[in-house]
Amino acid sequence: MTDETKDKKDVILHDHYHDGVDRRGFLRCMAWAGTGALYVMQGGVLKSYAMGAAPRVGSGKSAGELSFVQISDSHMGFNKAANGDVVGTLKAAVDKINALPVAPEFILHTGDISHLSKAEEFDTVDQVLTGAVAKDVFYVPGEHDVLNDDGKQYLERYGKATNGTGWYSFDKKGVHFIGLVNVMNLKPGGLGSLGPDQLEWLEHDVKHRKASTPIVVFAHMPLWSVYPEWGWGTEDSAQALSYLKKFGSVTVLNGHIHQLMQKVEGNVTFHTAASTAFPQPHPGKADSPGPMVVPAGELRGLLGITDVNVVRGRQALAIVDSSLK
Amino acid sequence: MRELIQKTGRIAALALASTLVIGGSAVVLARAETAMPPTADVKIDNFSFGPVMLTVAPGTKVTWTNRDDIPHTVVADDKTFKSKTLDTDETFSYTFDKPGTYPYFCSIHPHMTGQVIVK
Repeated sequence: MTDETKDKKDVILHDHYHDGVDRRGFLRCMAWAGTGALYVMQGGVLKSYAMGAAPRVGSGKSAGELSFVQISDSHMGFNKAANGDVVGTLKAAVDKINALPVAPEFILHTGDISHLSKAEEFDTVDQVLTGAVAKDVFYVPGEHDVLNDDGKQYLERYGKATNGTGWYSFDKKGVHFIGLVNVMNLKPGGLGSLGPDQLEWLEHDVKHRKASTPIVVFAHMPLWSVYPEWGWGTEDSAQALSYLKKFGSVTVLNGHIHQLMQKVEGNVTFHTAASTAFPQPHPGKADSPGPMVVPAGELRGLLGITDVNVVRGRQALAIVDSSLK
Repeated sequence: MRELIQKTGRIAALALASTLVIGGSAVVLARAETAMPPTADVKIDNFSFGPVMLTVAPGTKVTWTNRDDIPHTVVADDKTFKSKTLDTDETFSYTFDKPGTYPYFCSIHPHMTGQVIVK
Protein backbone atom coordinates (compact mmCIF):
# COMPACT_ATOMS: atom_id res chain seq x y z
CA MET A 1 0.00 0.00 0.00
CA THR A 2 1.48 3.35 -0.98
CA ASP A 3 1.58 6.17 1.51
CA GLU A 4 -1.04 7.98 -0.50
CA THR A 5 -3.39 5.00 -0.50
CA LYS A 6 -2.83 4.42 3.15
CA ASP A 7 -3.55 8.03 3.87
CA LYS A 8 -6.82 7.90 1.96
CA LYS A 9 -7.92 4.93 3.96
CA ASP A 10 -8.14 7.17 7.00
CA VAL A 11 -9.48 10.24 5.31
CA ILE A 12 -13.05 10.69 4.20
CA LEU A 13 -13.98 13.79 2.33
CA HIS A 14 -17.49 15.03 2.02
CA ASP A 15 -18.62 17.95 -0.03
CA HIS A 16 -22.07 19.31 0.50
CA TYR A 17 -21.73 21.71 -2.38
CA HIS A 18 -20.38 19.50 -5.13
CA ASP A 19 -16.99 21.03 -5.43
CA GLY A 20 -14.93 17.91 -5.63
CA VAL A 21 -15.76 15.58 -2.79
CA ASP A 22 -15.24 11.89 -2.35
CA ARG A 23 -18.77 10.72 -1.72
CA ARG A 24 -17.90 7.06 -2.00
CA GLY A 25 -15.41 7.52 0.78
CA PHE A 26 -18.01 9.25 2.84
CA LEU A 27 -20.45 6.39 2.46
CA ARG A 28 -17.75 3.97 3.48
CA CYS A 29 -17.10 5.96 6.62
CA MET A 30 -20.74 5.78 7.59
CA ALA A 31 -20.13 2.17 8.53
CA TRP A 32 -17.78 3.37 11.21
CA ALA A 33 -18.31 4.89 14.56
CA GLY A 34 -15.84 7.25 16.10
CA THR A 35 -13.41 8.28 18.71
CA GLY A 36 -12.09 11.70 18.11
CA ALA A 37 -11.77 14.55 15.75
CA LEU A 38 -9.10 17.15 15.27
CA TYR A 39 -10.24 20.69 14.52
CA VAL A 40 -7.96 23.34 13.14
CA MET A 41 -8.62 27.04 12.82
CA GLN A 42 -7.19 28.28 9.54
CA GLY A 43 -7.54 31.83 8.32
CA GLY A 44 -10.62 32.33 10.43
CA VAL A 45 -12.24 29.13 9.25
CA LEU A 46 -12.57 26.04 11.40
CA LYS A 47 -11.69 22.77 9.69
CA SER A 48 -11.63 19.29 11.07
CA TYR A 49 -9.42 16.33 10.36
CA ALA A 50 -9.34 12.70 11.25
CA MET A 51 -6.68 11.95 13.76
CA GLY A 52 -5.59 9.21 11.37
CA ALA A 53 -4.85 11.99 8.92
CA ALA A 54 -2.41 13.56 11.35
CA PRO A 55 0.53 13.81 8.95
CA ARG A 56 -1.48 16.14 6.73
CA VAL A 57 -2.20 18.45 9.60
CA GLY A 58 1.48 19.02 10.16
CA SER A 59 1.95 20.23 6.62
CA GLY A 60 2.01 23.86 5.63
CA LYS A 61 -1.30 23.46 3.89
CA SER A 62 -3.21 22.40 6.95
CA ALA A 63 -1.35 24.10 9.76
CA GLY A 64 -3.57 26.58 11.47
CA GLU A 65 -3.68 28.95 14.36
CA LEU A 66 -5.84 26.78 16.58
CA SER A 67 -6.39 23.05 16.79
CA PHE A 68 -8.39 20.95 19.23
CA VAL A 69 -9.77 17.44 19.43
CA GLN A 70 -13.15 16.04 20.43
CA ILE A 71 -13.64 12.77 22.24
CA SER A 72 -16.88 11.44 23.67
CA ASP A 73 -18.75 8.74 25.55
CA SER A 74 -15.89 7.08 27.43
CA HIS A 75 -18.47 5.20 29.58
CA MET A 76 -15.75 4.35 32.08
CA GLY A 77 -17.00 1.42 34.15
CA PHE A 78 -18.92 -0.24 31.30
CA ASN A 79 -17.90 -3.91 31.24
CA LYS A 80 -20.44 -5.75 29.11
CA ALA A 81 -20.00 -7.78 25.93
CA ALA A 82 -19.85 -4.75 23.64
CA ASN A 83 -16.47 -3.75 25.11
CA GLY A 84 -14.69 -5.36 28.04
CA ASP A 85 -11.85 -2.84 28.05
CA VAL A 86 -13.07 0.73 27.93
CA VAL A 87 -9.84 1.85 29.60
CA GLY A 88 -7.85 0.36 26.73
CA THR A 89 -9.94 2.02 24.03
CA LEU A 90 -9.75 5.39 25.79
CA LYS A 91 -5.99 4.98 25.99
CA ALA A 92 -5.95 4.22 22.27
CA ALA A 93 -7.75 7.51 21.67
CA VAL A 94 -5.13 9.32 23.75
CA ASP A 95 -2.41 7.62 21.72
CA LYS A 96 -4.07 8.99 18.58
CA ILE A 97 -4.07 12.45 20.08
CA ASN A 98 -0.43 12.18 21.11
CA ALA A 99 0.59 11.03 17.64
CA LEU A 100 -0.51 14.31 16.09
CA PRO A 101 2.49 16.24 14.77
CA VAL A 102 0.99 19.49 16.00
CA ALA A 103 -0.26 19.17 19.55
CA PRO A 104 -3.88 20.25 19.89
CA GLU A 105 -4.41 23.08 22.34
CA PHE A 106 -7.20 21.35 24.21
CA ILE A 107 -9.67 18.48 24.27
CA LEU A 108 -13.44 18.72 24.25
CA HIS A 109 -15.18 15.81 25.98
CA THR A 110 -18.85 15.72 25.04
CA GLY A 111 -20.11 13.68 27.95
CA ASP A 112 -20.79 10.22 29.35
CA ILE A 113 -17.36 10.35 30.88
CA SER A 114 -18.51 7.65 33.31
CA HIS A 115 -21.02 4.84 33.05
CA LEU A 116 -22.55 5.03 36.53
CA SER A 117 -21.35 8.41 37.88
CA LYS A 118 -18.97 6.61 40.25
CA ALA A 119 -16.04 8.58 41.65
CA GLU A 120 -13.56 5.89 40.64
CA GLU A 121 -14.85 5.99 37.06
CA PHE A 122 -14.24 9.73 36.83
CA ASP A 123 -10.85 9.19 38.49
CA THR A 124 -9.83 6.67 35.85
CA VAL A 125 -10.75 8.96 32.97
CA ASP A 126 -8.91 11.86 34.59
CA GLN A 127 -5.88 9.62 35.00
CA VAL A 128 -5.90 8.40 31.39
CA LEU A 129 -6.37 11.91 30.01
CA THR A 130 -3.42 13.10 32.08
CA GLY A 131 -1.39 11.18 29.53
CA ALA A 132 -2.59 13.37 26.67
CA VAL A 133 -0.34 16.07 25.32
CA ALA A 134 -3.23 18.51 25.45
CA LYS A 135 -3.60 19.33 29.12
CA ASP A 136 -6.80 21.36 29.05
CA VAL A 137 -10.03 19.37 28.82
CA PHE A 138 -13.42 21.05 28.53
CA TYR A 139 -16.43 18.97 29.48
CA VAL A 140 -20.18 18.90 29.23
CA PRO A 141 -22.10 16.21 31.14
CA GLY A 142 -23.85 13.22 29.64
CA GLU A 143 -26.84 11.64 31.36
CA HIS A 144 -24.56 8.93 32.77
CA ASP A 145 -22.49 11.59 34.58
CA VAL A 146 -25.36 13.06 36.57
CA LEU A 147 -27.05 9.95 37.93
CA ASN A 148 -28.71 10.06 41.37
CA ASP A 149 -27.33 13.44 42.47
CA ASP A 150 -28.62 15.98 39.92
CA GLY A 151 -25.08 16.46 38.72
CA LYS A 152 -23.60 17.59 42.02
CA GLN A 153 -20.48 15.44 41.73
CA TYR A 154 -20.01 16.35 38.06
CA LEU A 155 -20.16 20.06 38.88
CA GLU A 156 -17.69 19.72 41.73
CA ARG A 157 -15.23 17.95 39.47
CA TYR A 158 -15.65 19.68 36.12
CA GLY A 159 -18.02 22.59 36.43
CA LYS A 160 -16.79 24.88 39.18
CA ALA A 161 -16.59 27.94 36.94
CA THR A 162 -19.79 27.24 35.04
CA ASN A 163 -23.35 28.51 35.22
CA GLY A 164 -26.48 26.68 36.39
CA THR A 165 -26.14 22.94 35.81
CA GLY A 166 -22.84 23.33 34.00
CA TRP A 167 -23.14 25.55 30.93
CA TYR A 168 -20.42 28.05 29.98
CA SER A 169 -18.57 29.70 27.14
CA PHE A 170 -15.00 30.69 26.37
CA ASP A 171 -12.97 32.18 23.55
CA LYS A 172 -9.92 30.76 21.86
CA LYS A 173 -8.15 32.63 19.08
CA GLY A 174 -11.21 34.25 17.64
CA VAL A 175 -13.53 31.25 18.01
CA HIS A 176 -16.36 31.41 20.55
CA PHE A 177 -17.01 28.05 22.23
CA ILE A 178 -20.28 27.34 24.03
CA GLY A 179 -20.75 24.25 26.21
CA LEU A 180 -24.42 23.42 26.79
CA VAL A 181 -26.12 20.95 29.14
CA ASN A 182 -29.13 19.07 27.78
CA VAL A 183 -29.26 16.02 30.06
CA MET A 184 -30.80 17.50 33.20
CA ASN A 185 -34.45 17.50 34.34
CA LEU A 186 -35.65 15.30 31.50
CA LYS A 187 -39.43 15.07 31.19
CA PRO A 188 -41.51 11.93 30.52
CA GLY A 189 -41.76 11.09 26.86
CA GLY A 190 -39.35 13.83 25.99
CA LEU A 191 -35.98 14.40 24.45
CA GLY A 192 -32.95 16.22 25.79
CA SER A 193 -33.73 19.58 27.31
CA LEU A 194 -31.92 22.87 27.78
CA GLY A 195 -34.51 24.70 29.85
CA PRO A 196 -35.46 28.38 30.11
CA ASP A 197 -32.57 29.49 32.35
CA GLN A 198 -29.94 28.16 29.99
CA LEU A 199 -31.71 29.53 26.92
CA GLU A 200 -31.83 32.96 28.50
CA TRP A 201 -28.14 32.76 29.29
CA LEU A 202 -27.34 31.67 25.73
CA GLU A 203 -29.28 34.52 24.18
CA HIS A 204 -27.39 36.99 26.33
CA ASP A 205 -24.04 35.27 25.72
CA VAL A 206 -24.16 35.69 21.94
CA LYS A 207 -26.25 38.83 21.57
CA HIS A 208 -23.43 41.34 21.24
CA ARG A 209 -20.94 39.21 19.37
CA LYS A 210 -20.00 39.99 15.80
CA ALA A 211 -21.75 37.89 13.17
CA SER A 212 -18.35 37.02 11.73
CA THR A 213 -17.26 35.23 14.92
CA PRO A 214 -17.00 31.47 14.32
CA ILE A 215 -19.19 29.69 16.87
CA VAL A 216 -18.64 26.15 18.16
CA VAL A 217 -21.45 24.74 20.31
CA PHE A 218 -20.91 21.45 22.08
CA ALA A 219 -23.37 19.38 24.10
CA HIS A 220 -23.91 15.71 24.89
CA MET A 221 -27.23 14.93 23.21
CA PRO A 222 -27.78 16.00 19.60
CA LEU A 223 -29.19 19.50 19.14
CA TRP A 224 -30.99 18.30 16.03
CA SER A 225 -33.65 15.69 15.65
CA VAL A 226 -31.66 12.57 14.79
CA TYR A 227 -34.25 9.98 15.87
CA PRO A 228 -36.89 11.09 18.38
CA GLU A 229 -38.21 7.53 18.74
CA TRP A 230 -35.00 6.77 20.64
CA GLY A 231 -34.89 10.14 22.33
CA TRP A 232 -32.09 11.33 20.06
CA GLY A 233 -32.71 15.04 19.98
CA THR A 234 -33.29 18.09 22.20
CA GLU A 235 -36.80 19.41 22.62
CA ASP A 236 -35.95 23.12 22.83
CA SER A 237 -32.91 23.17 20.53
CA ALA A 238 -34.72 25.24 17.89
CA GLN A 239 -34.95 28.09 20.37
CA ALA A 240 -31.23 27.87 21.06
CA LEU A 241 -30.34 27.78 17.38
CA SER A 242 -32.53 30.82 16.70
CA TYR A 243 -30.06 32.87 18.74
CA LEU A 244 -27.24 31.75 16.44
CA LYS A 245 -28.86 32.59 13.11
CA LYS A 246 -26.88 35.75 12.51
CA PHE A 247 -23.53 34.00 12.64
CA GLY A 248 -21.83 32.98 9.42
CA SER A 249 -20.21 29.88 10.84
CA VAL A 250 -21.80 27.68 13.49
CA THR A 251 -20.54 24.19 14.27
CA VAL A 252 -22.48 21.98 16.67
CA LEU A 253 -20.69 18.98 18.16
CA ASN A 254 -22.32 16.23 20.22
CA GLY A 255 -21.88 12.64 21.34
CA HIS A 256 -24.53 10.36 22.89
CA ILE A 257 -25.44 8.27 19.85
CA HIS A 258 -22.03 6.61 19.43
CA GLN A 259 -21.83 6.97 15.69
CA LEU A 260 -20.85 9.39 13.01
CA MET A 261 -23.63 11.48 11.60
CA GLN A 262 -23.96 14.95 10.23
CA LYS A 263 -26.36 17.50 8.91
CA VAL A 264 -26.00 20.94 7.36
CA GLU A 265 -28.76 23.47 7.85
CA GLY A 266 -28.08 26.96 6.56
CA ASN A 267 -24.86 28.09 8.15
CA VAL A 268 -25.06 25.49 10.90
CA THR A 269 -23.23 22.20 10.64
CA PHE A 270 -24.07 19.41 13.08
CA HIS A 271 -21.71 16.58 13.89
CA THR A 272 -22.06 13.61 16.17
CA ALA A 273 -18.91 11.95 17.44
CA ALA A 274 -18.45 8.27 18.03
CA SER A 275 -17.77 6.75 21.41
CA THR A 276 -14.47 5.52 22.74
CA ALA A 277 -16.38 2.72 24.47
CA PHE A 278 -18.88 0.89 22.27
CA PRO A 279 -20.90 1.40 19.07
CA GLN A 280 -24.66 1.84 18.94
CA PRO A 281 -26.94 0.87 16.05
CA HIS A 282 -28.07 3.16 13.28
CA PRO A 283 -31.45 4.76 14.01
CA GLY A 284 -34.25 2.24 13.89
CA LYS A 285 -31.95 -0.58 12.75
CA ALA A 286 -32.24 -2.53 16.01
CA ASP A 287 -34.78 -3.21 18.74
CA SER A 288 -33.16 -0.57 20.91
CA PRO A 289 -30.29 1.89 20.97
CA GLY A 290 -28.37 -0.36 23.36
CA PRO A 291 -24.68 -1.27 23.02
CA MET A 292 -23.93 -3.13 19.80
CA VAL A 293 -21.84 -6.27 20.08
CA VAL A 294 -19.56 -6.73 17.09
CA PRO A 295 -17.33 -9.67 16.18
CA ALA A 296 -14.03 -9.95 18.02
CA GLY A 297 -11.33 -7.93 16.31
CA GLU A 298 -13.73 -5.47 14.75
CA LEU A 299 -14.42 -3.26 17.74
CA ARG A 300 -11.58 -0.79 17.35
CA GLY A 301 -12.50 -0.32 13.72
CA LEU A 302 -15.89 0.83 14.95
CA LEU A 303 -14.52 3.18 17.57
CA GLY A 304 -12.75 6.20 16.37
CA ILE A 305 -14.28 8.71 14.16
CA THR A 306 -13.83 12.09 12.99
CA ASP A 307 -16.26 14.40 11.41
CA VAL A 308 -15.43 17.69 10.12
CA ASN A 309 -17.14 20.37 8.27
CA VAL A 310 -17.73 23.93 9.08
CA VAL A 311 -19.82 25.89 6.66
CA ARG A 312 -18.74 29.48 6.38
CA GLY A 313 -20.84 31.25 3.83
CA ARG A 314 -21.23 28.58 1.15
CA GLN A 315 -17.79 27.11 1.45
CA ALA A 316 -17.66 23.38 1.99
CA LEU A 317 -14.98 21.91 4.17
CA ALA A 318 -13.57 18.45 4.51
CA ILE A 319 -15.07 15.78 6.69
CA VAL A 320 -12.68 13.15 7.80
CA ASP A 321 -12.86 9.93 9.76
CA SER A 322 -10.48 7.52 11.36
CA SER A 323 -10.76 4.46 13.54
CA LEU A 324 -8.87 3.34 16.62
CA LYS A 325 -7.23 0.53 14.69
CA MET B 1 -54.85 -10.39 29.57
CA ARG B 2 -51.23 -11.13 28.76
CA GLU B 3 -50.36 -7.66 29.93
CA LEU B 4 -51.81 -8.27 33.33
CA ILE B 5 -49.04 -9.95 35.19
CA GLN B 6 -49.96 -11.05 38.64
CA LYS B 7 -48.12 -13.34 40.92
CA THR B 8 -49.53 -14.16 44.27
CA GLY B 9 -48.37 -16.32 47.06
CA ARG B 10 -49.25 -19.94 46.47
CA ILE B 11 -51.88 -19.92 49.20
CA ALA B 12 -53.51 -16.82 47.87
CA ALA B 13 -53.55 -18.25 44.39
CA LEU B 14 -55.39 -21.28 45.62
CA ALA B 15 -57.77 -19.34 47.79
CA LEU B 16 -58.64 -16.81 45.14
CA ALA B 17 -58.47 -18.88 42.02
CA SER B 18 -62.18 -18.51 41.38
CA THR B 19 -62.19 -14.74 41.81
CA LEU B 20 -59.27 -13.83 39.60
CA VAL B 21 -61.35 -12.71 36.66
CA ILE B 22 -64.11 -10.27 37.35
CA GLY B 23 -65.88 -8.42 34.60
CA GLY B 24 -63.21 -9.28 32.09
CA SER B 25 -60.30 -7.76 33.99
CA ALA B 26 -57.99 -9.51 36.34
CA VAL B 27 -58.08 -8.59 39.96
CA VAL B 28 -55.92 -9.88 42.74
CA LEU B 29 -57.27 -9.50 46.22
CA ALA B 30 -54.92 -9.29 49.12
CA ARG B 31 -55.73 -11.31 52.18
CA ALA B 32 -52.95 -10.50 54.53
CA GLU B 33 -53.99 -13.06 57.09
CA THR B 34 -53.70 -16.01 54.73
CA ALA B 35 -51.37 -14.93 51.93
CA MET B 36 -48.22 -13.17 50.91
CA PRO B 37 -48.92 -9.69 49.54
CA PRO B 38 -49.63 -9.79 45.82
CA THR B 39 -46.72 -9.01 43.60
CA ALA B 40 -46.16 -8.13 39.97
CA ASP B 41 -43.11 -7.76 37.77
CA VAL B 42 -42.02 -5.36 35.08
CA LYS B 43 -38.99 -6.19 32.97
CA ILE B 44 -36.85 -3.55 31.35
CA ASP B 45 -35.61 -4.91 28.02
CA ASN B 46 -34.43 -3.08 24.93
CA PHE B 47 -35.11 0.34 26.44
CA SER B 48 -38.75 -0.59 27.09
CA PHE B 49 -40.92 -1.40 30.10
CA GLY B 50 -42.80 -4.68 29.76
CA PRO B 51 -45.66 -4.69 30.19
CA VAL B 52 -45.97 -1.05 29.29
CA MET B 53 -49.33 -0.97 31.07
CA LEU B 54 -49.77 -3.03 34.21
CA THR B 55 -53.01 -3.39 36.16
CA VAL B 56 -52.83 -4.54 39.79
CA ALA B 57 -54.93 -4.59 42.93
CA PRO B 58 -54.30 -2.21 45.81
CA GLY B 59 -51.48 -3.46 48.01
CA THR B 60 -49.52 -5.01 45.16
CA LYS B 61 -45.77 -4.81 45.33
CA VAL B 62 -44.40 -4.16 41.82
CA THR B 63 -40.78 -5.01 41.07
CA TRP B 64 -38.88 -3.65 38.08
CA THR B 65 -35.79 -5.52 36.84
CA ASN B 66 -33.31 -3.94 34.44
CA ARG B 67 -32.19 -6.54 31.92
CA ASP B 68 -30.40 -4.07 29.62
CA ASP B 69 -26.66 -3.47 29.42
CA ILE B 70 -27.41 0.19 30.09
CA PRO B 71 -28.62 1.68 33.40
CA HIS B 72 -32.21 2.87 33.72
CA THR B 73 -34.44 4.44 36.34
CA VAL B 74 -38.10 4.13 37.31
CA VAL B 75 -39.58 7.52 38.22
CA ALA B 76 -43.24 8.44 38.68
CA ASP B 77 -44.24 11.43 36.54
CA ASP B 78 -45.36 13.15 39.75
CA LYS B 79 -42.31 11.81 41.65
CA THR B 80 -44.51 9.69 43.98
CA PHE B 81 -41.86 7.01 43.64
CA LYS B 82 -38.32 7.23 42.31
CA SER B 83 -35.70 4.52 42.02
CA LYS B 84 -31.99 4.92 42.22
CA THR B 85 -30.19 4.18 38.99
CA LEU B 86 -30.59 0.48 38.21
CA ASP B 87 -27.56 -1.17 36.66
CA THR B 88 -27.90 -4.46 34.80
CA ASP B 89 -30.04 -7.00 36.75
CA GLU B 90 -30.73 -4.59 39.59
CA THR B 91 -34.30 -4.20 40.82
CA PHE B 92 -36.59 -1.61 42.33
CA SER B 93 -39.85 -2.30 44.15
CA TYR B 94 -42.76 -0.12 45.13
CA THR B 95 -46.04 -1.10 46.77
CA PHE B 96 -49.15 0.53 45.37
CA ASP B 97 -51.67 0.96 48.18
CA LYS B 98 -54.17 3.35 46.67
CA PRO B 99 -56.26 2.96 43.51
CA GLY B 100 -55.27 5.25 40.71
CA THR B 101 -53.22 5.58 37.55
CA TYR B 102 -49.48 5.98 37.97
CA PRO B 103 -47.59 7.00 34.83
CA TYR B 104 -43.83 6.68 35.13
CA PHE B 105 -40.71 6.96 32.97
CA CYS B 106 -36.96 6.46 32.89
CA SER B 107 -35.41 9.77 33.87
CA ILE B 108 -32.25 8.92 31.92
CA HIS B 109 -34.09 7.90 28.75
CA PRO B 110 -37.35 9.83 28.96
CA HIS B 111 -38.78 8.32 25.80
CA MET B 112 -39.20 5.17 27.93
CA THR B 113 -42.60 5.43 29.60
CA GLY B 114 -44.95 3.05 31.38
CA GLN B 115 -48.07 2.99 33.52
CA VAL B 116 -49.34 1.16 36.58
CA ILE B 117 -53.11 1.11 37.07
CA VAL B 118 -54.29 0.21 40.55
CA LYS B 119 -57.93 -0.80 40.95
